[in-house]
Amino acid sequence: MQLQSSLALIAPEIVLSLAGLALLLIAAWSRNAGRLVTILAAVALGGASVLVAPALCSGAMGPDTLAFEGQFAADAFASFAKILIFVSAIACLMVAPRFFDRDGAIRAEYPVLMLFAALGMAIMVSATDFMTLYIGLELNSLAAYVLASFMRSDDRSAEAGLKYFVLGALASGILLYGISLVYGFTGTTSFEGARAAMSGELSMGMLFGLIFVLAGLAFKIAAVPFHMWTPDVYEGAPTPVTTFFATAPKVAAVALTARVALDAFGMQMDAWRQIVIFAALASIVVGALGAIGQSNLKRLLAYSSINNVGFILIGLAAGTAAGVSAMLVYLAIYVAMSLGSFVAVLMLRNAQGEQVEGLADIAGLSSTRPLLALCLAVMMFSLAGIPPLFGFWGKFVVFWAAVEADLVALAAIGIAASVIGAFYYIKVVKVMYFDEPAGVVTGRSDWAHWLILGVTTAAMSPLGYLLTRVLGDLADRAAEALLFVA
Amino acid sequence: MGGFPILSLMLAIPLLAGIACLFVEAKAARTIALAATLVDLALGIVLWLNFDIGGAQWQYTERYELFAGFSYALGIDGIALLLIVLSTFLMPICILASWESITRRVGEYMAAFLLMEVLMIGVFAAQDLFLFYIFFEAGLIPMYLIIGIWGGQDRIYASYKFFLYTLLGSVLMLIAMLWMVNEAGTTDIPALMQYDFPPAAQTWLWLAFFASFAVKMPMWPVHTWLPDAHVQAPTAGSVILAGVLLKMGGYGFIRFSLPMFPEASAQFVWLVWGLSMAAVVITSLIALVQQDVKKLIAYSSVAHMAIVTVGLFAFNVQGLEGAMIVMLSHGLVSGALFLCVGVIYDRLHTREIDRYGGLAINMPKYAVFFLLFTMASIGLPGTSGFVGEFLSLAGIYQANSWVTLVCTTGIILGAGYMLYLYWRIAFGVQKNADAAAMPDLNPREWAMLAPIAAAVLWMGVYPESFLAPMRQDIAALDARLARAAPDGDADLAAGTPRAEAANAVAGAHDAADGEAEGAH
Repeated sequence: MQLQSSLALIAPEIVLSLAGLALLLIAAWSRNAGRLVTILAAVALGGASVLVAPALCSGAMGPDTLAFEGQFAADAFASFAKILIFVSAIACLMVAPRFFDRDGAIRAEYPVLMLFAALGMAIMVSATDFMTLYIGLELNSLAAYVLASFMRSDDRSAEAGLKYFVLGALASGILLYGISLVYGFTGTTSFEGARAAMSGELSMGMLFGLIFVLAGLAFKIAAVPFHMWTPDVYEGAPTPVTTFFATAPKVAAVALTARVALDAFGMQMDAWRQIVIFAALASIVVGALGAIGQSNLKRLLAYSSINNVGFILIGLAAGTAAGVSAMLVYLAIYVAMSLGSFVAVLMLRNAQGEQVEGLADIAGLSSTRPLLALCLAVMMFSLAGIPPLFGFWGKFVVFWAAVEADLVALAAIGIAASVIGAFYYIKVVKVMYFDEPAGVVTGRSDWAHWLILGVTTAAMSPLGYLLTRVLGDLADRAAEALLFVA
Repeated sequence: MGGFPILSLMLAIPLLAGIACLFVEAKAARTIALAATLVDLALGIVLWLNFDIGGAQWQYTERYELFAGFSYALGIDGIALLLIVLSTFLMPICILASWESITRRVGEYMAAFLLMEVLMIGVFAAQDLFLFYIFFEAGLIPMYLIIGIWGGQDRIYASYKFFLYTLLGSVLMLIAMLWMVNEAGTTDIPALMQYDFPPAAQTWLWLAFFASFAVKMPMWPVHTWLPDAHVQAPTAGSVILAGVLLKMGGYGFIRFSLPMFPEASAQFVWLVWGLSMAAVVITSLIALVQQDVKKLIAYSSVAHMAIVTVGLFAFNVQGLEGAMIVMLSHGLVSGALFLCVGVIYDRLHTREIDRYGGLAINMPKYAVFFLLFTMASIGLPGTSGFVGEFLSLAGIYQANSWVTLVCTTGIILGAGYMLYLYWRIAFGVQKNADAAAMPDLNPREWAMLAPIAAAVLWMGVYPESFLAPMRQDIAALDARLARAAPDGDADLAAGTPRAEAANAVAGAHDAADGEAEGAH
């Protein structure tokens, strides 16, 4: 009975693992099945999204959502994150075939790896035990390392994969060390147990455990000072993979961090709050300053993602239900913005059909490809958080939560630093609109790219504000589920 | 008006027209833009005619709960009404000014302008704090594009400076707004205008708002973005910048800083006065030595805006009314001056004053218009400038005579730089052959300048039309400010009235009485 209800709760994960294994067989037994496997993988992810949706809509929380004796929670919070993860994975699958067409057809391993990465992330966001957490994290990371170096013939891709692997392994080590300290000093690996054990005074060992765990997670979300790998990996990895890295794993890692911080370490908010505040402000500033000198669009967007993580962490620093809800709203908007801007980069092709990604290459894009330039400009202004574009709403709710939690100074510094970030976003617009056309980008684009770009641009346009009520409602439910333990 | 959503309609028309402009070629885009702005002007006039003077404070209200956290709430009082009418009045003129001078990417240009109109009307009509902020900030995007794409030589530097300067000013205001909403529990502007924030918090809130409005206004010393932006923007861009965008700062003070934080406003009164005095003198002197026409007018704008700020912070009815009239008048006059510059710039493609001269000879009609607007800028009685400056200075005189003394020099210096400019451009010998060969105004330019000239004279001769709609709102604001208003230094004490006339002599009086009686 217990097992049955547990299995019912992890149905989406079961679907994904079975689909992954089956597709792996198809990939192994038939050649040139890349396209078919991609479509099937997207269908599997879509099915999994449908399976997790009810938990979000009903606002599931509490003991009923715990599977396997409290190791796994299929609550509304996890569902919110999972839907974001699955949807961005589907989008990354949709844009991939056209990209890989240049070197022959897409290989079937790509969708399979994406499936396993998504599965790992689903486990991460549902983890309520450090062991579950680690399994999910590593399942995701292993798939991601391979994905980063997926273009075997490209040196940059191989370099990206290697860098990601070495630094990722280091971060996993740090995280594992932190977990072992927490286990040693609390005697349990479950979040609930750790929470209870830490309700009193924080011992030195627990503090170190907490710091190491957060440092390991900061690496995964690419928060400063653990962000160094991001620009290199984002630049080197194939663009669809970069799109994936910038969206789904970010959601998973942020959601995981929120759960660890508010659930496992929830009684010691003062201990981690200052770390989060520092990481938030440092990410905003470093992300903004680092991007200024970049001439490669993917590198620029990598710094932009570091910058955005800073704003997301402000929501976490608030530590309230409103803060978590704001964080989730920001995540959803951030995913749409990242998808849109990376897909726009994917659509930049020269006359030979090769990808271009230099900032100079898009000079005068507004006269050669007006619609593409308009979409990218919307993304840039939106990332900069200029109203009336929807990116503003993400920053707005995050800062509102911070002000509500009496962190007015943090909000003021954060928002002032966001002006630095605005500089390079408007620089991209300047290059596209004010400069003389370079005439590099002439190639045609795929319908799937246009579809994703069109949908994300429409969502980021002022029309997006019509979504605020629905989005806010869902995020509130998810946040409530996360904070239910208290 | 039976609840007809006229304000939403005024927002929707330019928005839809702007989107349409993106998809059509140049000629159609111009026509669509002109038609849309004219329809909006007509609606603006309808708004004015149907405004119930002395009626409810907030009229034409609309409210839809469309969003989480804030609502789509519109409504105007007399102050907002006049600024909206000003915006809608200037827009068709801007479109006309760009009719021939803009040849590149006309559709996008018209779309940017129409979007700008949406946002300007939105700023003045918003009744929700965050809706206001969204409209207020959103103006950066079209203006950035207008300066950057269609601007002059250094347009990129100017566009960056404009964007980042004003953005940095505004973001702190957002944090202050969030705090206020948290404290007061409402995002409704009319409700917030009645809410008494604790004086200690007011200080910080006031400063945050001040950072934004002082940059927008612009006040010395954060005015430096303005000359760059003005000079580099295309003519119509300068008109909109000077005519309406600068008014957002003044509107911000009158709508937010003063009624919401009266104590803090009184506390910082010397800061505002000091900066305004500095602005009047310094920027007027800078204007005197300019070689670039547009830059000169840009600096004169800073000086005029300083008169607005002293008027606002005089804390009395005359000052507030004067500030409003200066804003309206400056919107018309500086807009018209930029148009005058545009007229000759279109012919000679230079803004350097020395390249012109003696234009009164070959362009007499132009010279007449230019003279009228020059005089209005100086504040000659009979023009709108006089009414506003006189009221503002009369208001500040009740509060502080020294500030009045310094600010009045602005009028003299203003006469200096404007007459000097006029002399160099319109009078003297025709030293440049190409300037001497320029043709006089064409019908399109007549259509641009004549309505503004009429409005300037109207406001100068019969300002009551403009004062009446806002009288009640200004009085309400004055009543709200009364508790915090600083004491004036004039110590005007009303003596007890004498029983009889001052020249009355006891005997003569009796005699007169007697005579009167005798006559009976």
